[in-house]
Amino acid sequence: MAKPTASIGKNENSTTDNSVDRKGFISWMTVGWVAFSAATGGFFTMMIRFLFPNVLFEPPQSFKIGYPDDFTKGMVDIRFKKKYAVWIVRDQSGLYALSTVCTHLGCTPNWLNTEQKFKCPCHGSGFRKTGVNFEGPAPRPLERFKVYRAEDGQIVVDKTKKFQQEKGEWENPESFLELA
Amino acid sequence: MADEKKQNPLEKIANSQVWKSIFRTGIPVTRRQRMMAILNNVFLHLHPVRLPKHAVKIKYTWCMGGLSFFLFLVLTISGILLMFYYRPTVEYAYTDIIDLTEQVPLGVMREIHRWGAHAMVIAVWLHMFRVFMTGSYKPPREFNWSVGVLLMVITMFLSFTGYLLPWDQLAIWAVTVGTNMARAHPFIGHEGPGASLLAIGDINLVHAGSDIRFALLGGRFVGEATLLRFYVLHCIGVPFIAMILMAVHFWRVRKDGGISGPL
Repeated sequence: MAKPTASIGKNENSTTDNSVDRKGFISWMTVGWVAFSAATGGFFTMMIRFLFPNVLFEPPQSFKIGYPDDFTKGMVDIRFKKKYAVWIVRDQSGLYALSTVCTHLGCTPNWLNTEQKFKCPCHGSGFRKTGVNFEGPAPRPLERFKVYRAEDGQIVVDKTKKFQQEKGEWENPESFLELA
Repeated sequence: MADEKKQNPLEKIANSQVWKSIFRTGIPVTRRQRMMAILNNVFLHLHPVRLPKHAVKIKYTWCMGGLSFFLFLVLTISGILLMFYYRPTVEYAYTDIIDLTEQVPLGVMREIHRWGAHAMVIAVWLHMFRVFMTGSYKPPREFNWSVGVLLMVITMFLSFTGYLLPWDQLAIWAVTVGTNMARAHPFIGHEGPGASLLAIGDINLVHAGSDIRFALLGGRFVGEATLLRFYVLHCIGVPFIAMILMAVHFWRVRKDGGISGPL
C-alpha cells in the first residue's frame, strides 16, 4: 500500500509527529460530543427531578380522626374538611370517609344539613349523603377513602387509597368501617 | 475648517465620535446608507429593510402582530413595576393586590397590566385569524405559522399563570379546575390513559404525588407552592421562552419573503 504523498511542504510520515490527523480528530470529536450529550442529558434529568421536592408542607395523606364514639349516628362530620379535605359520614351500620373534591371539575361542595345533601357552589352538582350524585353536571359519585382502626382504637383515614362507586369498589371492606 | 463652524448643533452631534460609534453609517442619505442603518442595528435588523407597499395597509394586516408585540412590551414594563410591590405568598398576595389598586401611586398600573393582558389575548387571536384568512400560513411561511402557534399557546399560559396571582377565590378555583386537566395527560398524568402501565409490580410510578400536575402545582392541591411556581413561571420562565420565540418569529417574517401579499 503506497501512501499518496502530498506535493506541498515536507509531509513526513504522520506517525512520527504528534499532530492530530483527520481520523483522530473525528474520533476525539465523537468522544467529546458523547460526553457533552451525556452531561446535558444528566442535567436535564436533574432539572426534572428538581421539580419534585422530597418533603411536602401539606397535611399528611394518612391521619387519625378519633374514636368511634366521637361520631354521631346519621351525622356528617365536617371537622376534617378544611385541613384534610374529607367528610366523615357515620350511618347506622358504620362509617366512611368521603372526598370533598367534586367529581365534575374539582371544586369543594358544601354539606347542607337541612337538605341532607352535598351541594357544589361552582356548577350546582348535588350528592346524597352516601356520596352518590343526583343533580347537576357531576358525572359520578364522590370518592371514598380507606378507613381502618389503629392499634390504639382510633380511626385512621388513608387518602392514598381511594374507592370509586362506579367501579364497584365501595363493596371493598377497606372502603368503610363497620361499627355497632 | 470654515465648514465646521457652519454646522448646526444637530449636525455637530451627528458628527461626534460618540454618535458615530453607536450609529456607524452616519446620517442615512443614500439608499445604501438607509439599508445599512437597518442592518447594523441589532433591534432593527429583525425587521425587513424595505417594505412592500401592501405591507403597511392596515386593511390587510390589521396591525395585529405589531399590536401583540406592543402589548407584550406594555405588559413587561408594567409587570416589572408590579413586582416591586407584590409578594407571592399566601399571607400577602391578596392584600398586596388590594394595596396596588388602593394605595400605591398610579393604582392604574395594575389595571394596565390586567387589561393589557386581556387585550393581548384578543390581539393574538385576531392576528392568527388574519394570518389564516389571508392564507399566510402557506409555504414558504409554514414554519413561522408553527412558531406562531407556540407563541399563541405561550400567551394563553402567561394569561393562565397570571390569573392565579391575585389569590382570591376566583383565581384559586379557576386554577384548580384548569390544572385538573393535567390529571388526564397520557402517561404522565395520574388519571390519564397509560399511566397505570408505568408501574413496578403493584407500585404505581405515576400517582398524585409524582405526575405532571404535581410538577406544575408543587403539591397535591393549589397551595403556597403553586402560588410561587406560577409567579416564577409568569414573571421569568414563560416570558423568557416567549422572547426567544418572538425573535425567531420576526426574523422569519423577513426571511420567508416578508409580509404576504394581498390575495
